[in-house]
Amino acid sequence: MTTDIAISVQDVSMMFNLSRDKIMGLKEYVVKALKRQLFFDEFWALKNISFEVPRGEVMGVMGLNGSGKSTLLKLVAGVFKPTSGTISVKGNVAPLLELGAGFDYEFSARENVYMNGAMFGHSPAYMKELYDEIMDFAELWDFADVPLKNFSSGMSARLGFAIATQVDPEILIVDEILGVGDYLFAQKCEARISHLLKNGTTVLIVSHSLDTIKKLCSSAILLQKGQMIASGTVDEICAFYQPEV
Amino acid sequence: MTFTKKHFAGVALLLTAVLVVIFYLYLPVEIAGHVTGNIPLRLFHAGFFAVTVSALVVSALVVLTRGEYVRLQIITFARFRHLLVLLVKRDFVARYRRSVLGILWSLLNPLLTMLVMTMVFSTIFSSGIENFPVYFLSGQMIFLFFSESTTLAMGSITGAAGTIKKVYVPKYIFPISRVLSSLVNIGFSFIALMLIMLITGAPFQVTTLLVFIPIFYVVIFSMGVGMMLSSLAVFFKDITHLYGVVTQLLFFMTPIMYPVEILPERIYFLIHLNPMFHFVTYFRELVMFGNIPGFWLNIICSGFAVAAFGAGLYVKMSQQDKYILHL
Repeated sequence: MTTDIAISVQDVSMMFNLSRDKIMGLKEYVVKALKRQLFFDEFWALKNISFEVPRGEVMGVMGLNGSGKSTLLKLVAGVFKPTSGTISVKGNVAPLLELGAGFDYEFSARENVYMNGAMFGHSPAYMKELYDEIMDFAELWDFADVPLKNFSSGMSARLGFAIATQVDPEILIVDEILGVGDYLFAQKCEARISHLLKNGTTVLIVSHSLDTIKKLCSSAILLQKGQMIASGTVDEICAFYQPEV
Repeated sequence: MTFTKKHFAGVALLLTAVLVVIFYLYLPVEIAGHVTGNIPLRLFHAGFFAVTVSALVVSALVVLTRGEYVRLQIITFARFRHLLVLLVKRDFVARYRRSVLGILWSLLNPLLTMLVMTMVFSTIFSSGIENFPVYFLSGQMIFLFFSESTTLAMGSITGAAGTIKKVYVPKYIFPISRVLSSLVNIGFSFIALMLIMLITGAPFQVTTLLVFIPIFYVVIFSMGVGMMLSSLAVFFKDITHLYGVVTQLLFFMTPIMYPVEILPERIYFLIHLNPMFHFVTYFRELVMFGNIPGFWLNIICSGFAVAAFGAGLYVKMSQQDKYILHL
């Protein structure tokens, strides 16, 4: 039943070249090539990861810092291409990887709503319909025409969250951002995510908060130093994770 | 059988070589018009015809054998077309943000440059060109579009690093949007040119209505060059400094301030290798002389445009996944 799988990750590995210092010019490049220092250290951020997320399910990705969680989400979002393995994602993705992904800070909130929507493939006409809802949700009506560079980080985070969730994505990728914003806004975000869940949105979520994971997810995977060491229902993984910490 | 990159390259090379020989031997001098007994020039024309034809054949082959891939790319492009439009608007707005005269600069700039050049050239040097202001501005307009748009496109990927690191966007969108936003400028330059023609009493030609043809060629060409440069700039920052010198060289190699006739005949071949020469010639034939350029000039211009665009797109497609590791 492949039609019910929203995200399928098959045997994915991701390798980075860690250059100790970035090579900037021809002279340095030639010098380094002659010294044979061009061979970087290989670093495998992820190795042989496989999992599937059925449509409408919420999967949590857990692990300590540096275990490859964010790399995994970026791969699913298509920002990185895997070194080996295949990833197939069915449906339109709204990645909430970092706060204000793709914002242009010289431009106003209004312009960024349209620009950000376009980056996820939505037409300006469609964004215009949603514009009021987005601004309502983000509570930013007073700042609609202020350049984003004058926004506080909380304000741009609210805008980013509002855009990504109001467009009714089929797949939402969330990287550790629910903790941002004040208490009231965090509640609003959770309510919004639950609402999306009811409508059948598939969610991939990274969080260090066990509470969040337990509350939202049905299944989870646990990463450690780029390896997937466990996958299963959320209760199993949480039970497994706690002694690890 | 499945076609690999090597097959495509092989077909292209072989086809080009065969066609060069055929066209060199059988090129009818009458059609060639300005192709005289000059052997390198004749070779040049034959070469261009061959490149254009084989570029078309190879692209047809790609579409036929990689239908699925091409279809996917078209779907992706359709998905991001709104972004392209918004980026073009943004580039244009950003350019004049906070300047008092704003968009008027697009009109004033060519006029003022022309004034300076006319002063220098009609009083200090005598160039012997009839109606120097129009001659100069028509050449400069095309050249400036090329140098400006490609320079902007060069920095487009590194400039969009913030976005590329966080959101998936097909990378060719950025250089192409920069080229298209420069296109608005060429419109204003064109108005400036019309004004100058009116003031100097130059005759208007009906063929001026066809100017979109050379502009189309130069836009496609600039997109190709822009895609290549932006890719190179990611891996090799030095190119940004080097390119300024290259455009300067190209500027002096293009008959913009001087008539092509003052050049010795033995370097004609060199001038013919400069794509800008052909685009400028095409444009001037339409606007100043009222001629519709013939078969050969079209072949050469479209050959340069198609070759640059194809190479640019190929570089982009094969390199775009590596950008993120270098930004």
